[in-house]
Amino acid sequence: MMDWAYLFEISLTGVAGGGLYSLAALAFVIVYKATRVVNIAIGEMLMAGAYLFFTFAAMFALPIWLAIPATVLGSGLLGAMIERTMIRPLLGEPPISVFMVTVGLGSVLVGLVEVIWTADQRRLPEFLPAQPIMIGDAFLAPKIFWGAVIAVIFIAAVLLIFRFWRGGIALRATASDQAAAYSVGINVPRVFSLAWVFSAMIAAVSGIIVGSIGGISSSMGVFGLSVLVVVIVGGLDSVLGALIGGLFIGLVEALAGAYLGGEYKLLATFIVLVAVLLVRPYGLFGTHEIERL
Amino acid sequence: METPQSGGRAAPLLEVDGVTLAFGGVKALSGVGFDVRPGSITAVIGPNGAGKTSLFNTISGFYRPTGGSIRFKGQDITSVPAPRRARMGLGRSFQNIALFRGMTVLDNIKLGRHAHLKTTVLDALLYIGRASREEAELRRDIEERIIDFLEIDHIRHAPVSALSYGLQKRVEMARALAMQPEILMLDEPVAGMNREETEDMARFILDVREEWGVTVLMVEHDMGMVMDLSDHVVVLNFGQVIAQGAPATVQTDPEVVRAYLGSGDVDELRRRLRTSGVTEGSA
Repeated sequence: MMDWAYLFEISLTGVAGGGLYSLAALAFVIVYKATRVVNIAIGEMLMAGAYLFFTFAAMFALPIWLAIPATVLGSGLLGAMIERTMIRPLLGEPPISVFMVTVGLGSVLVGLVEVIWTADQRRLPEFLPAQPIMIGDAFLAPKIFWGAVIAVIFIAAVLLIFRFWRGGIALRATASDQAAAYSVGINVPRVFSLAWVFSAMIAAVSGIIVGSIGGISSSMGVFGLSVLVVVIVGGLDSVLGALIGGLFIGLVEALAGAYLGGEYKLLATFIVLVAVLLVRPYGLFGTHEIERL
Repeated sequence: METPQSGGRAAPLLEVDGVTLAFGGVKALSGVGFDVRPGSITAVIGPNGAGKTSLFNTISGFYRPTGGSIRFKGQDITSVPAPRRARMGLGRSFQNIALFRGMTVLDNIKLGRHAHLKTTVLDALLYIGRASREEAELRRDIEERIIDFLEIDHIRHAPVSALSYGLQKRVEMARALAMQPEILMLDEPVAGMNREETEDMARFILDVREEWGVTVLMVEHDMGMVMDLSDHVVVLNFGQVIAQGAPATVQTDPEVVRAYLGSGDVDELRRRLRTSGVTEGSA
């Protein structure tokens, strides 16, 4: 006989954890949508954000309300620097070249982190409330719950910004047709920078949450692996796909972890990935014409 | 079709002077020069591969010329980037329609006004003040003028990808007009259109000039239309201007005739050019 309460609890944890995937996937999709760059270093950008937060909150001992905005700003700057020095010069090069550069970017970021902060595992200062959360009879780990809440708030903010702010509209227009965007006076290179800045900021917020839940280390970039599964399942260029894909993969991981054992988590997500690719090669919500790498 | 301005001594709105464009060793344009008078309809014609679209892309800033200069309203814009040129008043359409697919007709037209908006992130988030005022003003402007004018009221909320080719071309023109350009650049506005659509478009082009006072610069293959509408015709062949002037002068120019027919029966082609309405198609 199935334990429904247990299943509910696991599912809840999975969906809440999935919110974090959604947020990180959003960071990936923004860059892909606007610039068609597959940023394989998304996990490492998330890590960089987490370490920046560690620096501000633990080393400089800034209060949390100051450390988070500082991290977000610093990461935005990092995003702008990456775009300007590594991506912009490759404008017009084949996608595979740019893709390889982002592979390199991942290594560079890991190297920088290990040089500056060493490869030791660190703990972020506790700032999420620690009272257990009860939803009905189900128990939800407080960090997971508050992490999900923060993720939802940021996702909502990002969606609103892209709906109403003209920079967001410019980004959507550029994603749709670059030549047309140029012709209506949209500064396309600036939109590219903007996409990277936003992406880095969102990745940093995800990094802060992921780090608060599980600690930070120079190998936390592997989180990006699951994020890649999420965006491929959801469709590389679909915001909706990123959001739903994130929740879905979070759920699958939680269920596999609970019923099959922790070592089956990744196996389960990758089986889902293969299954989705077999049925819908462009992802659940993606556009049909996606370049081959 | 002569307008008072086009024959007059008014300073040219756009001056293309000795423009050369090379891709590696291939010269797409060499020493191209002509003026666009304010209030005129100027057409660039020429066989396929003559460099018409390259010229268009150079004028709108997509290509940087390797030599020569382009002046707009007396100002040298040779090194001004494309988006700034668009904001300065050079609106354009594309040969292979560049619309924001997945968005509606109205959204596409609104994006034409994008460059004129000044909404900041905060305004947008709070959706107050400037954002809503601008929005309202924008809507009125668009609804009352462009949509009416181009007779696309019935498809206002339709996604552009669902529209016929002819209508898409019209939406593209609407978007360019929403930018309130001083020169409307149309790249093959009637290519692939049927007779009725072509006549509609010709009427719109004339009205743009008459009612809106917008100067028109177009690339077109349809000889009949070019000869009917234009004040000034520039003929390109192999990246060079081989003739320019009033339509009547240009169509009897032996060089032009040769470019279009190669060698051969010149009189036959003259006759064909004169009985305008002949579609040049893929020359």
